[in-house]
Parts: sequence; C-alpha cells; structure tokens
Amino acid sequence: MKKHLKLLAVLLALALVFAFTACNKTETPAPGNETVVDPDFKVGVIHISDPAEGAGYTYAHEQGIIAMRDNLGLADEQIIRKINIDDSDAQATKIAIEECIDEGCSIIFGTSFNYMNTMEEMAAEYPDIIFSHGTGYKSNDTNMNNYFGRIYQARYLTGIAAGLKTQSNKIGYVAAMGIDNAEVTGGINAFAMGVASVNPDAKIYVQVTNSWFSPDLEKKAAEALLDMGCDVLGQHCDTTAPQVAAEERGVWGVGYNSDMTKDAPAAHLVAPVWNWGVYYTMATKAAMEGNWTNENYFGDMNDGLIALSPLSENCAEGTADAIEAAKAMILSGEYKVFEGKAIVNGELVDQDLKDNKGNVIVSAGGAVLDDATITGGINWYFENVEA
Amino acid sequence: MQSNFLSRFHIVKKAESTGWKPLFLSFLSLVVALIIGGLFILCLGKNPITVYGVIIDGAFKVARTGAYVFKTIGYAIPLVITSIAVSIAFKMKFWNIGAEGQMIAGAIFASYFALFQSQLPHWLLLIIMLIAGAVGGGLLGTIPAFFKCKFDTNETLFTLMLNYIALSFITYLKDGPWSETPGFPGIAKFAANARLDIVGGVHIGWIFTVVLVVLAFVYMRYTKHGYEISVIGDSVNTARYAGMNVNRVILRTMFISGALCGIAGMIQVTGIEHTLGESVAGGRGFTAIIIAWLSRLNPFVCILFSMLFATLTQGCSGSALLKLGLSPAVADILQGMILFVILAFDFFMQYKIVYRRRNDA
Repeated sequence: MKKHLKLLAVLLALALVFAFTACNKTETPAPGNETVVDPDFKVGVIHISDPAEGAGYTYAHEQGIIAMRDNLGLADEQIIRKINIDDSDAQATKIAIEECIDEGCSIIFGTSFNYMNTMEEMAAEYPDIIFSHGTGYKSNDTNMNNYFGRIYQARYLTGIAAGLKTQSNKIGYVAAMGIDNAEVTGGINAFAMGVASVNPDAKIYVQVTNSWFSPDLEKKAAEALLDMGCDVLGQHCDTTAPQVAAEERGVWGVGYNSDMTKDAPAAHLVAPVWNWGVYYTMATKAAMEGNWTNENYFGDMNDGLIALSPLSENCAEGTADAIEAAKAMILSGEYKVFEGKAIVNGELVDQDLKDNKGNVIVSAGGAVLDDATITGGINWYFENVEA
Repeated sequence: MQSNFLSRFHIVKKAESTGWKPLFLSFLSLVVALIIGGLFILCLGKNPITVYGVIIDGAFKVARTGAYVFKTIGYAIPLVITSIAVSIAFKMKFWNIGAEGQMIAGAIFASYFALFQSQLPHWLLLIIMLIAGAVGGGLLGTIPAFFKCKFDTNETLFTLMLNYIALSFITYLKDGPWSETPGFPGIAKFAANARLDIVGGVHIGWIFTVVLVVLAFVYMRYTKHGYEISVIGDSVNTARYAGMNVNRVILRTMFISGALCGIAGMIQVTGIEHTLGESVAGGRGFTAIIIAWLSRLNPFVCILFSMLFATLTQGCSGSALLKLGLSPAVADILQGMILFVILAFDFFMQYKIVYRRRNDA
C-alpha cells in the first residue's frame, strides 16, 4: 500500500512539473529548441552551506539549480544535493563528489573555491563525468571547466546607489579577503568607481574578515565600520550580517548574492545578484544533449547571469535614473569599468584609472584590462578606497 | 524539613566492576541510545528502521567509487589514534583537551615535507613525515606539560587554547607563505610521492593504527612507564613518596600523547586529504575525548567506538537522508542524542543515587 502511495506521489509530482513546464512553454515559445528530458539524467551540486539559510551565496546557487530544474523540466529526484560541505575539508569534499558519482550524476557543479583541487583530481579519475567548478581558475581539456561572471558590472551600479545615499561620505565595505584576492579587490574597486561617479567626496573603508562565510566575523567587521561613522555598508561575503548590523544602527547597506531587502527591509538599498540558473540551465542542457564543451564560462549582465535586485524604497532620489543610465552604457559595451574612462555627471569621459597610491593603472582613454587581469590581477585599490 | 528532602539524595560511586560487565553495559547503552534516537525519528514522522538502514547503507554500501566501508574506516583511523593519545594522558589525570591542536601541529610539520621535499625517495619521505608529525604534535603537547610542572598552570585551559593558535596558523600558511596561487587562499595537493600507499583498500595508515593500538595497550598495561602513569593518576603524592620523578613522567607522557595526535594529523593529510586545510582536525580531537571515556581508556575498545562514530559520520553524509526529507541538521541531532544517552548510561554505571532516610543521618 505504502509503495503505491509513493508511486502516486511521484506521479503527481511529475505531473505537476510537466504542467509547469507546459505553462512556461506556452508563455515563451522557443520553436525548434525543445529539450528532451532524459529521466535517468542526474545532476550533482556541492553546496558549502545550507540553502535553507534563505539568503546569500548558497541560497543564490540553489535558486539557480531550481531554475535549471524547472527550465529543463527535470524532476527533483534528478538533482543530488550535497549540503554543508566545508571546502577546507578535502575528505568531506571528495566523499561528497563520490556520492554524487555513485548516485549516477553525469554533471557535478561545485560552488565553492576550495573544491577546485579535489574536483580537478576527480575529473582525471572519472573522465566520463562532467565537473563544473564555480569561482576558481582550474579546468582541463576534456571534462572540467570553471564558471564565473562579471559581477563587477553590477557592483559598479550598486556603488551609485551607495554614493547617492551616504550623508557622512563614509562608506564601509565588508570584504571576505584582502588586497591579494583579485575577485574581492576588483569588486571593491568597481563599487568604489560607482560611488565616485556620483559622489567624488565619498571614501570607501574596507574591513577584511578572511573568511567567505562567517556570520560572526562579518557582523564584527560591519560594527567596526559603523563605529567609524560609515552610513552605508557594502559587502563581499556570504551572509546578511552586515545588512542586519546596518539596520540595527538605522543606516543603510548594499547586500550581495541575493535580494537582501527581505532580510534588512529598513536598511537595504540594492544588491548585485547572480542568476546562476542562466549558467546551470545552459550547462545541464548541453550535458544532457551530449554537446557540452569544456569552455570556461564568464557571464555578464547581457547574459542575465549578473543582475541587480529591485531598488528598495530606501534608495535616494534619482538613484534609479542614474543606475539606468550607467547600466545602458555597460549593456551596450560603451563602458567596461576597468578602462581609461569614467562616468562624470552622467557623461562618459576619458580619465586616468588610478589606484589609491597615485599609480596610473590605465591612462586616460586606455583599453580595458584583459579578463585574466580582471579575474586574477587586480591587487590595488581604487583611489577613493581607504584600507 | 522539606528543604532537606533533596539533600537526602546522594551520588555514590559504585564499586569498580570488572571483566566483561562494563563493556556489555556500554553496548547495552548503545542499543538504548538507538531506541531513543528512533523515537526522535518517529516524532519527525519517519520510519526509524528506514533511517537507520539508510545510515548503515551510506556507511557500508559498495558502489562505483569503491566500498564505502573503506571510507568509513578512513574516518575512524584518526579517531582511534587521537583517542588512545588522550587516553594515555587521561590515565595520568592530565586533561589533554588539545588533541585537536596537536593533530594540526603534526599535520603542519608533515605537510612541510610533503610540499617542499617531495623529491625524496618515497619510503624515506614517508618515514620523515611520520617523525615530523610525531615531533610537531609532541612539542605542542609538551608546552602545557612544561608550564604545568613549572608553574602549575591549568592544563585543560592551556591545551584548549593552543588548539585555536594551531588552527589560526593553518589559515596563516594557507593565505600567505604556502598558498598555491597568490591571492587565492588554498594549499596545493601533495605530489603522489608524498601520499600514503593504499593497502587493502585503505591507506596504509590503518596498519600504523593497529600497531599503535597494540603498542599503547602494552605500554599502559605492562611497562614501567605505564605503571608510573597510573600511579601519578591515582595520587601524585604516592608517586613522589615512591621516588618517582613526577615532572619527568608528565613531560614524557604528554610528549607521547601529543606525538600520537601528531601522527594522526600526518596520516590525515598524507593519507586522506592530500593537502592541508583548516578542517584537518575538524573536531576529531574533541570526539576523541568522548571515545576515550566511553572506551574506559582501553585502546582496543577505542577501535570499536571510533568505528561507531565513523559509521554515523559517513552514514549521515549521504544525500539519502536529505531525500527522505531530513535536514542534515537532523543527523547532527541524532548523533548528539546517541552520545548523550551513552554518557548518561555511563554515569549510572559508575555511580548510584542513594536515598538516605532521616535516621540514617
């Protein structure tokens, strides 16, 4: 009897999924681009924390996985999730990947940086399985790639919101890693450039936690910045702690990864967000159809991988217009952030890109930094950053 | 008088029971723990037998990536070694809560050779790493022993705090000097030459473990050193009266205890993780304390309880629990409950509560 009930439940669930995909298809017909769902196809995902936190990094990835599942019409049983896999624990990482393999996964997504070396070794050992690693820099010629995106585009735009909002002209930034980490440092710089484009007097103050995920350290860093008189907090770390801390002091903040307006409704302005579903859908679809290639993926705002959360009511007047104008320049490719140009009074002008020690990184009118430098070589702070 | 009612209950130590009885009771407590854990699962609306089945399956199944019993044994190995390490210190009533840090120290020392001297001949390298691990852990264990002897510092706090220093040292190495790529915190994987060989499905560390268990048993039970340790554990003054050099025994014993933890750390980095990360000890040094108590400081029994904990760790790590609709946090709660029941049982096995009537007083 129980077995029958289970079967019924599965059938109902499947029917529901099909019903939803059917709805989606009528809304956005994509002729000649139908995905054939292989019911035995399984997708593995290794999460560093628990998506049930409801916000932040892992949550954003899980939303992407769910979007992929629904876009492709997979059943939830076809997703093998490994939760709370500490990326500094090589033993747990390896066993989590092995469990995905034993469950029959054909493609495995690893969402955290330090899974990289273990994934690289496992990719060599299991050449028939696709390993896709987020945020790292390693890949191979056959079955492992890495994926990431130009989140700095969105960070630039959120800098505009922060620059317009601040009254003390002191903006704090809770950074997971120090100046040596190009991902974090580049993000701070893009944010700082966004601030400078609307508020040349504001300074950015950085506090480093040396941890990607630490509610406690993030809170302490945020409070240190607030004690200094910062009245807007940006962040590059995984939890909502800085936003909550800003709200407790009655000031404002720019979140990260997911829309944190729901976590700090009185404080949050806007957040740079990832729509990981864009990549997960593309990669899983390709893997299922047998045409996956090991090309690395570096998505942007045009792809929809990178976006802004809706502007909250806390934003200063004129924020939406200023962001829209800059966003148009980024989407059209007119403005590429790390180049010898800047937006001044809404106009794009040639200007030296300088660090906070006075060195010229790109001279006025100079070309954009190449992608390798953007992902791995930004080890300087923009001129209005104090660290 | 009403207020005296509670004070009439007394906790009295039972006479030491010997032979198989305490061991049998230990396992009885396990059964009771599983039943209570089962009730908890029932409260969550799941079938306990299914859940336990899933856990056992997750720890012992055979699949494409190999037999899971080997992964489970992989989890058990550092638990066995660290639990016998703390057993030796506990026997002396020296509260070594620093197995975690000593394991890390051993791992760091061994990792230096794995990362920077990996061109050495394989067996020579393994022996050097083993010695380096033992020295690293041993030195960290000796520091609190030295201060205990010299200034009578509290070893519980001292060993505990050294854990955090050791842990931060890994972060320092990972972020800076030993980082694989500047700017990205992370240490490279060790060269194949610096990894433990696989013997019978598990890295060779299991053979070290078996040897260490036998050695530790003999050392504690049949040697002069072992005798000195237990005399000091019973009464420092008796030991002094008998002419023992107490400080020397404390220093020596803590070096051995730390060295064993260091070996566990070396085995963990070279046998399992093949790199150095903050989770190299990952709480094992604390679990070891519990295992040592449950095993009544008997190295052979440490193997059994280590396997139990390894089974729970590996068995709950599978996504099967998640698929049953149980959050991974439930696995932690379950482990905690089982632990709690076993410890409660342990208390009632060693002590009894006596109610004294008024005229007894």
